[in-house]
Amino acid sequence: MEWLVLIIVVVMLGAAVAVLLLQHYLAVLAAWSVVSLGLSVLFVIVRAPDVAMTEAAIGAGLSSVLFALVLRRVGLWRIDTGVPGDAVKKLPGREPQR
Amino acid sequence: MDMGTLMFAGALGLMLIGTAALVLSGHLMRMVFGLALLESGASLLLVLTGYRSGASAPIILDGVVPASMVDPVPQALVLTAIVIALGVQALALGLVLRVHRAYGTFEMREIRRRMERDICDQAGLELPSSNEVPEPYPGSPKPQQGEY
Repeated sequence: MEWLVLIIVVVMLGAAVAVLLLQHYLAVLAAWSVVSLGLSVLFVIVRAPDVAMTEAAIGAGLSSVLFALVLRRVGLWRIDTGVPGDAVKKLPGREPQR
Repeated sequence: MDMGTLMFAGALGLMLIGTAALVLSGHLMRMVFGLALLESGASLLLVLTGYRSGASAPIILDGVVPASMVDPVPQALVLTAIVIALGVQALALGLVLRVHRAYGTFEMREIRRRMERDICDQAGLELPSSNEVPEPYPGSPKPQQGEY
């Protein structure tokens, strides 16, 4: 069982660092969902199935929808954010997607 | 390394990264994400306090109590904490939305500067500025009023 826990913990921490570092908020939200889903698998492994169900439904489901709605409302729900200070470095030869 | 140590390390790492996102990032949206990470790490840490290796889930089937089961109290608390975390995130996102509607930006420094200026305008005061502002180097642009 240790190798499974090791893989999940490493993936979760990697996704958490990605939340800190990624430029696009769409990708940040995806990385945060990965953290939440890994957490719910860990809850199953530590014999807490009820907490795992709640975490998967509320942490990964409802909360992601909440974040997505807010991101869409403020206009960050796209590839090229264009926000000053959080600007996306334009890749050469690639047009920003609308 | 055994399973419990590994998961404790994961929980502490999640809390550390969430705190780093709160402290190091100047973008309000990323700070809310950091808060969510911090809450996830805290809930994993709480569940792990009741974990016992080799024990079964705290479920009583047909009136038979398992010989060795995990402590169910932290699990019940964490169940509540997850739902409350959703409420906290919704509140934080609501505040972020209001700030974005008022100032049109997510940058902490910019928002703080303009908020301070607005408060001073409302109260009819001068913008507070420190007397210890260093003299600008010759040739460097003059600092704006209220920059410091």
